[in-house]
Formats: sequence, structure tokens, C-alpha cells
Amino acid sequence: MKRLAPYLPVVGVVGLLLIWALTVWTRMVDPVLLPSPAATFRAMWTGMTSGKLGLDFVKTVERTIAATAIAAVIAIPLGILLGSSEKLYRSVEFVIDFFRSTPASAMFPLFLVLFGVGDRTKISVAAFGAALVILFNVAYGVMNARKTRILAAKVMGASPLRVLTDVTLLESLPQTFVGMRNGVSLALVIIVVAEMFIGSTDGLGQRVFEAQQLFEMPDMYAAIFAAGALGYGLNLMFLLVERRFVHWSGK
Amino acid sequence: MLDGKPTFATSVPAAGSGDCIVRNAQHVTIRGLSKRFADTTIYENFDLDLPHGKLISVFGPNGCGKSTLINMIAGLFPLDAGEILFDGKPLSEIKFGYVFQNYREALFPWLRAVGNIEYPLKLMGLPRAERLRKVEQLVAHLDVKIDLNLYPYQLSGGQQQLVSIMRALVVEPEILFLDEPFSALDYEMTLFMRAQLQRIFMETATTTVLVSHDLEEAVYLADCILLLSRRPARVADFVHYQAARPRTDRTLSEAEFVRVKAHCLDIFQREVRKR
Repeated sequence: MKRLAPYLPVVGVVGLLLIWALTVWTRMVDPVLLPSPAATFRAMWTGMTSGKLGLDFVKTVERTIAATAIAAVIAIPLGILLGSSEKLYRSVEFVIDFFRSTPASAMFPLFLVLFGVGDRTKISVAAFGAALVILFNVAYGVMNARKTRILAAKVMGASPLRVLTDVTLLESLPQTFVGMRNGVSLALVIIVVAEMFIGSTDGLGQRVFEAQQLFEMPDMYAAIFAAGALGYGLNLMFLLVERRFVHWSGK
Repeated sequence: MLDGKPTFATSVPAAGSGDCIVRNAQHVTIRGLSKRFADTTIYENFDLDLPHGKLISVFGPNGCGKSTLINMIAGLFPLDAGEILFDGKPLSEIKFGYVFQNYREALFPWLRAVGNIEYPLKLMGLPRAERLRKVEQLVAHLDVKIDLNLYPYQLSGGQQQLVSIMRALVVEPEILFLDEPFSALDYEMTLFMRAQLQRIFMETATTTVLVSHDLEEAVYLADCILLLSRRPARVADFVHYQAARPRTDRTLSEAEFVRVKAHCLDIFQREVRKR
């Protein structure tokens, strides 16, 4: 039984494919709305290797990475600053929580006015959303740094700056990574939505939308799966980086 | 029991008398110490002398301020009033080591054991080669058998606390503070760590102040047992215990040990029942 454990995740995938194939085969759903798994993966393969889908995939990756990078560069130092002083954080907490709770998609029109139709709008809205998530997590990571550990460094004679660089920053790393993973997921969501509705000519969102408009159902499903694979892959990447650099997390 | 006479001071009105003190030069002098938390007075005009090169246990009723006392001596908490000097010098001029009760939260999990131990030397600005040499020296000196290339979370609780103690010792402190260092360990590990601490003390003869909530441990390890009253804390007694080292399991059943422990328990019960 134990030897089977690594294969357990496959069960769900195979099960889903079986149900999907069965649904198509018994014609429970209109085959125009739901193409067969084979047709979908064929569309995905050709799209990724020789069609436009591959290009759209790369575009979405670029925008998501750009948005997350901008968000991280702004939010991590700011989060450290706010987290180092609980009073400072409490005084801006409401503003952060308010905008964190505001759907970023509601900001599209505003950012359109500011940045016009183009990549800058998409990337800045996504960066805005991701930055708040990262900021919140970094600040909490810094605030929740183990008091004993900070005291231990102080009692050994560490200056406030050394305490910050040697203890507090490392203490906040696990929470920072939680913020980065949530941030990149949110950035992807915002980018894909923006690609659908803000006059795009490329990107996975645009691909899904266009395929649906042209009723190219296999292409649409292919683009959806590509977006899913991208989201999963980005999350996994951050998890692996985290495990490598924050090996002590949760121990 | 060697001579049949009690070797501990039976009633000490204030620190400064008692043969534990008289025979040795003072290391720590505390004068006029006051400390309050909110509305509670923990210490009020408190005086105490701690002798050089002794292992001193601090024992007393719950919440009387045992840990607060060593935290103030070690500079973790500010004093409201009073003065604490080490051979006449303030804390900022001496080297000292501090071992926390919660080793899990006191060690740095991102550093290997060796990195943890050498960290205070790094703060002192020593070059890497010298830091490693000092750590190696300490390891050889204490005959420690731990793989120091492991991370703290890969070590057992006792090993982690041993790493904490080594981190405190590596600077060659003039005085070592331990705040209930074994209370998070199981009994087997506690016995092992008591033996380790005794070994370290015999090897280094560093003045050691140990806060303990276990009377057996407090007496077993100590040269002097500082018994505190309920708060505001006074010195209820400062008891001398001079059984030869190394003390072993058999020490625990010797008449001298049993009597000193019984005496401490009497004082403790008297203090607990007050009020």
C-alpha cells in the first residue's frame, strides 16, 4: 500500500479523464460544447508547438512575472519597514486591508485612465493586487518574529541592525514566501482577466476569449488548461525555491 | 554526611551573611534593586551578593520573580531602580552567557549547530578561522558528541539545549545564566543534561546562576541555593551545599543531600503558606 502512495495523485487525473471521455462518448453533452479529451490535447499540442497558443503562453508568463517582480520590489522593503514598528503598521492597517479586499478588477477603469490601453495597465493592476498581498504577509512575518530569538540575539550583543538582518528578516522569510505564492497567483488571475477585456491581441486570456468567440472549442479548452498549468507551475516553482532556501519552515 | 554538623546557614536575614558568601569573593553585587510590572511589585529595595566561581540555584514560589531576577542581572529587563555590578563593573563591560528555557525558539534554525555556536563570536568581529578554532576547542574541552553540521531541528531536544549552552560558553563568559534550562526535556534527558552541566561547571568553574523549578535539581547541582520569598521577593534563605563533585545518583540518597533538600523545602513551604 505504501509503495502505491506516490501514484495516488494520478487516480484523480485518470478518473477525471475517464468521466470526461465517457460524457463525450455517451453524448450526454453536446460534442460542440465539450470536445473529446483527445481533440483537446491535440489542439493543445499543435497550439503550443506551432500555433499561437505557445506565444500567448509566453506573453502571459512575462506579464505575470513582471507584475510579481514589481510587486515584490515595492512590497517587501515596505513590509519590513511597516512590520518593524507595530504602531506604524496599525496606523495603515485599515488602508491595506481595505484595498486588499477591493477586487483588483474594479480598478481596471482607473488604471486605464492612468496608463492607457496596453501592457502597462495590465501589469500595474496585477502588481497593485499582488503588492498588497505580499506587503501584508511580509509585515506580519516581521511582526510575528519569535521574541525569544530576537532577545537571544540582543543578549549576545547584537545591534538593532544586526538583529534585523540576522534574525528578523530570516524569521519573516516563511511568511514572505506565503505572500509571494499568493501574490503570483493573484497576479496571474488579474493578468488573464485583463487580457480578456483590455484590448489585447495576445495572452492566454485573449486566447480563451477569442477561441470562445470563434467557437473553436478544443482551442478554448486547450488555452484553459494552459492557464491552469501555468498557475500550478508558478506555485510549484515558489514552493521549491522556498523549500530550498527556507529549509527550516514549519520545523 | 561527613561531620554531622549542618553546613548550611539556617536563617539568613539578608544576603551578605551565611558561609556561602563569607568564604568567597563576591562576583555580583545587587543593591537597592526595584522592579514593578504594572501594579505588582516584584522587587523592592533588594540587595544580594553572589560569590565567584560557584553554581548558584535560584528557587522559590511560582511567580516570585526567579526568572525576572536573572533577566535583570543579564540585562534582558531594565531595572526600575538599583544597581547591579560584576566585580565592580557594569554588564556592558563583561562577557556573559545566557541560556533560555525554550531552546527551540532561542536557537537560529537557519544556521547549522556550528553556526549557532559561533554566532556570538561573529558579533564580536572575530575572523572565521578563529571562530571555528574556538568552537573546536570548546567541543574537545566538553567532549561533545553531536554532529555540529546538522540544523537545530535535526537534533534532539537535549542536543539542542546543549548547543544553546555551548553558544553561551563559546565567548568564555565570566558568568553564565540558565533560565530553567531543562524543564522542556523529558526526565531521561534531564538527568543526562544535569550531568553535562555539572561537567561543564567542573571544567570551567564559571560563576553559574541557574533558575530551577525543581528543588531536587536546584540542590543537586548547586553550591549555594538562593531561596526567594513570595513577592515582593526577599532572600528567604541562602543555603550552602558542599557535597563533593562529581555528584551522582547516589548523592541523591546521601543524608547531607536529603537534609539540605528538606531544609529548603521547609523554607519554601513556609514562604508559600504566608498570606
